[in-house]
Amino acid sequence: MNRLTEKLAPWLFTIALFVIWEAVCRLFNISTITLPAPTAIYEAMVKHWWPILTNSYVTLWTTMAGFGLAVIFGLFLGIVVGWSRTIYRGLYPVMIGFNSIPKVAVVPILVIWFGIGEVPAILTAFLISFFPIVVNVATGLATMEPELEDVLRALGARKLDIMLKVGIPRAQPYFFGSLKVAITLAFVGTVVSETIAANKGIGYLMTLAGSSFQMPLVFAGLLALAVEGIVMYAVFAYIEGRMTRWAFRSSMNTAP
Amino acid sequence: MVIIDDVTLTYKGATPAVTAVRGTSLTVDHGEFAAVVGPSGCGKSTLMRLVTGLVKPTEGTVSVDGALVTGPVKIAGMAFQNANMLPWRTVIDNVMLPLEIVEPHRSRFRKHKAEYRARAEALLATVGLAGFGDRFPWELSGGMQQRASLCRSLIHEPALLMLDEPFAALDAFTREELWCVLRDLWQRLHFTVILVTHDLREAAFLADTIHVMSARPGRIVQTKKVELQRPRDLDICFEPAFTDIVHELRGKIAEVRQA
Ligand SMILES: Nc1ncnc2c1ncn2[C@@H]1O[C@H](COP(=O)(O)OP(=O)(O)OP(=O)(O)O)[C@@H](O)[C@H]1O
Ligand SMILES: [Mg+2]
Repeated sequence: MNRLTEKLAPWLFTIALFVIWEAVCRLFNISTITLPAPTAIYEAMVKHWWPILTNSYVTLWTTMAGFGLAVIFGLFLGIVVGWSRTIYRGLYPVMIGFNSIPKVAVVPILVIWFGIGEVPAILTAFLISFFPIVVNVATGLATMEPELEDVLRALGARKLDIMLKVGIPRAQPYFFGSLKVAITLAFVGTVVSETIAANKGIGYLMTLAGSSFQMPLVFAGLLALAVEGIVMYAVFAYIEGRMTRWAFRSSMNTAP
Repeated sequence: MVIIDDVTLTYKGATPAVTAVRGTSLTVDHGEFAAVVGPSGCGKSTLMRLVTGLVKPTEGTVSVDGALVTGPVKIAGMAFQNANMLPWRTVIDNVMLPLEIVEPHRSRFRKHKAEYRARAEALLATVGLAGFGDRFPWELSGGMQQRASLCRSLIHEPALLMLDEPFAALDAFTREELWCVLRDLWQRLHFTVILVTHDLREAAFLADTIHVMSARPGRIVQTKKVELQRPRDLDICFEPAFTDIVHELRGKIAEVRQA
């Protein structure tokens, strides 16, 4: 019984949120231009289901493309950075500096380089999401227990051996943990870019709807984004759980 | 087997630079069981790293097996206070880790896996871990993990075994049990052992020679031969000859700590 309520709790809370939302809108007679009620949003969704679906698809694939690039580069750079403590110490501040640049500021530059369309969206998603992957992989590698390294080196292990036998498996929970953070960030990147400069995607749809005061449609777009985000997060959280079960059992710390 | 000749080691990375050992010498014969005792922070672990070639001496020389140590020695098995098991590998895979690195096993490993597995299982059985090979380390108690760690350090039959307080984190009973495990393994395989410990009874029970280090910068200030007959039994710990040795060592350590 208790476990059932625990399982149902997220649904109950979501439903409650919408119910309260609806009630507030009706009670205070809030105009649709300010805050559309869930029913109005639902109507908009039904009415505009085709553009919402197609644009969601565009947002999804651009996000995945940017995220895919981020995984490849993030892994590569993470391994390079984590390879030696010297590189780790040297490159870390540079990366922190890079990461603190607001990516919104980069979008206009990307547009000048690549024109309006999917490419800036993909690149923004990539830029914003590859950092957590690099940091996590590098941290996983660089925080290897020195005693363990000693054990292996005293056996004549080369750096590559140590990385393959210990470093990379050890960094796995960090890596998979970072994926679910990265995918959500990738969504943010795509949508930011779409709102600024695109002719497709949920971000574009929302800007378009907003400029003609179709608030229910704007909110329908928001909901579509939320759903996509939650689904992707859940997918990667599931993968994480599957791939690194040992990390939850052992005392070893995983990435936050 | 191991000759440390007038070695000084300064850690330069630290600010200010720390001289961990200064002008120390030590000789360990082939097949000898040597113990190193000394106050905390005197450079015992540093001495271990020097012997295995993990750090280079600032001055002086270290040689192992007749050859000057210039890099990691490649023949040493090591075990530490923490078992340092890899949590994603089963116990037996942890124990077999050195075989995946040390030649000639390394190149034979894939083909002769079954043979090596049997060997690892046999070794696990000798430390009382028969049937635990397929468990994961986190399913084992601390003492059991430490046994497995001991197996990992011995699986490739190293000529030199380096133990850095391997039993320090265990309860008294498990510790004494593992003393006997180590004693039997050593008596059977006759490798050379250097054991760092804080436990003077442990040193006296297991070792042929006990080296006492001074406070930092560490230096071997006394070498004591343990003339107790072998094989030794745990009851020996209550004989006067044994307690005399422990007493003497205690006095010496108290003295170097004062200095
Ligand atoms: N990597 C390092 N960099 C700088 N200083 C170090 C390093 N390793 C050890 N030291 C210093 O060298 C000294 C000796 O350290 P070591 O670990 O050898 O002592 P120990 O005798 O093993 O101590 P314990 O009995 O507490 O384990 C200490 O003062 C320590 O601070
Ligand atoms: Mg130590």
